[in-house]
Amino acid sequence: MRVRLRFSKLGKVRWTSHRDVARMWERAFRRVDLRLAYTEGFSPRPKVSFGLALPTGGESVAEYLDIELAHGEQPDVAALPGRLSPALPVGIDVLAAAVVHEKGSLQEIVTSCRWELSAAGADADLLEERVAQALAADSLVITRERKGQSAADDVRSAILSLAVLDDGLLECELATLTRGLRPNELLRAIDPQLEPGTVHRTHQWIQRDGAKCEPIPLPLPATAAPHARRAS
Amino acid sequence: MTSLWPRIEPLLAKVQKPARYIGCEDGAQMPVHAPHKVGWLLVYPDAYEVGLPNQGLQILYEILNERPDAAAERSYAPWTDMEREMRARGLPLFSVDSHRPAADFDLLAFNLSAELVYTNLLNCIDLAGVPVRAAERGPDDPLVCAGGHCTFNPEPLADFVDFFVIGDGEEAVSEITEVVGDWKRGGRTEGSRQNVLAALAQVPGVYVPSMYDVEYDGERLVSVTPRHAGIPERVEKRTIADLNDWPYPKQQLVPLTEVVHDRLNVEIFRGCTRGCRFCQAGMITRPVRERSNEQVRSMVSNGLKRTGYDEVSLTSLSSADYSGIEDVVGGIINDPMCQGSVGVSLPSLRVDAYTVGIASEIAKVRRTGLTFAPEGGTWRMRQVINKLIREEDLYGAVESAFSQGWNRVKLYFLIGLPTETDEDTLGIAELARKCVAVGKQHTNRVTVSASVGGFVPKPQTPFQWFGQNTVAELQRKVGLLRDATKKDRGVQLKWHDPKATLAEGIASRGDRRLGPVIEDVWRHGGVFQEWSEHFDLSLWEDAMARHGLSIDWYVYRHRGEDEVLPWDHVSAGLHKDFLWQDWQDALAASGVEDCRWTPCYDCGACTGYGIEHVVASTLPPAGGSQGTFVPVQLSAART
Repeated sequence: MRVRLRFSKLGKVRWTSHRDVARMWERAFRRVDLRLAYTEGFSPRPKVSFGLALPTGGESVAEYLDIELAHGEQPDVAALPGRLSPALPVGIDVLAAAVVHEKGSLQEIVTSCRWELSAAGADADLLEERVAQALAADSLVITRERKGQSAADDVRSAILSLAVLDDGLLECELATLTRGLRPNELLRAIDPQLEPGTVHRTHQWIQRDGAKCEPIPLPLPATAAPHARRAS
Repeated sequence: MTSLWPRIEPLLAKVQKPARYIGCEDGAQMPVHAPHKVGWLLVYPDAYEVGLPNQGLQILYEILNERPDAAAERSYAPWTDMEREMRARGLPLFSVDSHRPAADFDLLAFNLSAELVYTNLLNCIDLAGVPVRAAERGPDDPLVCAGGHCTFNPEPLADFVDFFVIGDGEEAVSEITEVVGDWKRGGRTEGSRQNVLAALAQVPGVYVPSMYDVEYDGERLVSVTPRHAGIPERVEKRTIADLNDWPYPKQQLVPLTEVVHDRLNVEIFRGCTRGCRFCQAGMITRPVRERSNEQVRSMVSNGLKRTGYDEVSLTSLSSADYSGIEDVVGGIINDPMCQGSVGVSLPSLRVDAYTVGIASEIAKVRRTGLTFAPEGGTWRMRQVINKLIREEDLYGAVESAFSQGWNRVKLYFLIGLPTETDEDTLGIAELARKCVAVGKQHTNRVTVSASVGGFVPKPQTPFQWFGQNTVAELQRKVGLLRDATKKDRGVQLKWHDPKATLAEGIASRGDRRLGPVIEDVWRHGGVFQEWSEHFDLSLWEDAMARHGLSIDWYVYRHRGEDEVLPWDHVSAGLHKDFLWQDWQDALAASGVEDCRWTPCYDCGACTGYGIEHVVASTLPPAGGSQGTFVPVQLSAART
């Protein structure tokens, strides 16, 4: 059985890395005695697959992982959030769980993410101006590194939406395929002078039957979740 | 609310590994501070990932927080990038638990596991906003104390540390809490610092260096004597009689980020009487005190359940010597709750086939590296250092390892040992080569890595009188080994930087005159000297020269029997004449057997303190010349 879990990463724990979070999950599964399927081979690993890495320091209410349960393990999936959250650090809470039937890993199926970003020290007027310029531009070229090679990429088409919210945060939806655009890269693309501030992922989006939806929607609208941001 | 977190958090995006500074580990405590409570900040003066797993610190953290009159938090040396950010903004050293400023605590208590962290200790005191020199501290400053193996020669840090705790800390921290609590309730008035230090000097195991006068005659140390009546002439170490009374840590910290030894650690015994003459840990932690089988099992199963770790390390100075080690290991591996998925690691394996038998049981779950420490290249050398491993033990161990599926073993050696000849040094290459040949009979892909470290003579050991090899001599010996192993494709030679060996030697056996040198190295930017990317020998050499101290005198010189040693007024329980006799036996290449199972040599560690070895079995463990001296077949060993 394949189960998808949606979780948050808020507060101090946001300073841990993607790999750190992977280790927390492995320990959590053992602590609650949820048996996972293992890979074959010399050093078997539990079958766990994470979605797109959140940058270290970023917060999120829309993190996901897929787990493959051991043969015969049939937990009450609806009860998994309550079972797993206490075994995870403060700030990481399991928000929802669902059995997965569709094919494709999270990395393959997620097409875009919605972010709320701040740029340290930038006022709203400046941001409004930069946003308008970026949206009006046909192309936005940044140089970025990949596998040690520096390349100039036009990232304009990866910006699916961009706006300044009332509280001065930048709201954006950024494509993740083929080569996605990261929050810090977006800031560089619209103004190299902007200093990265807070990063908050609120949604990851997939296409299901031609419609845009979340891998697991929350019972409450996700916009309610930012209240939890200062929880720890 | 005195949390510095709002000022710390904006820095975290600018530094490497920000998770070093957030705390939040499973098992972390948020103690409530109050005027009637003594606040302890337990500081490990090295990077978080090295310091977090330290069991000594975690044990004291729990013991103190269980007391209604104490509140203990932790801190680690901020990495250089973080330190720069902190200093630029006037942010002091902080605890990782509730992010309180270090100077808000009543005590800054340092764990000293290695000499090269001394400059980090100074840096941490300074970052705390506390005067680095003890003499300059006032009533508002916290007391600075230190414990750990290095404190068996406290003198190099005497200028900076208000008091040292010698030996096991489990009981002493409570007694210290009471004394410091009285001081705090008395209002920490002007001049009261002297009184609290005098009161602390009455606590057994506590050494207050400012209460002693030191006299020199030229380079020679003449005496270290108490300045006042009632201050002990000799400070005796503390020893807990029974490890079973201290089942700590009960809630081992589970870090959120990568650290060394990232697994459950259960201490199965403390102390070691193998009597390896180079080993300070073995000398100063006597006698042997085993934890009971039942307690080990419950600590392992509770610990695994609570932490979610899938690996447990059964720690001690020689874990294969634990009575009933097979039962304990088998119990963990075959425990249905562990579902055959829990790995066991045994640090400090003995070198024999029997031990490999245990290791191969463990490998059914997870195959980890096999490391043996013959330490010396020839039987003669090993008799000198009293590491009584015969060649056939090593080959038996290696044979057994390669025949059971390992294709790589690691061997640890020391060079620069007393009486060492080039034949002894080259014996290392010879042993490694023969191990490869043994392995080739079983598999073609054989690697034997030989790690070679330069020997630093340590206080309170039989080798405390020995003049350390020079950097040039160690480099020459490394060169001999490189040449000798160049053509051996199966042998991988690795060596420790002889320059770092010298710096460690300077700090190890120094007297109080070393204080200004350590301060000088620190003031010239010499922090994180344990880390090769930061280590700089010239800082040490220049500082020695600036203070008119001779490296020859402090490091390379042999000491005589009647010489007053800087640490003579601190006692690990070992009689000086026992150590001298053992030194003479070493020079005669004569070994002594383990006193757990043979008559007492009256070293003093038991008799002086009215305690005894606590071992479940009066019979020595099976296997090899370190055990029964009868080669044991693997199959027999398993039954």
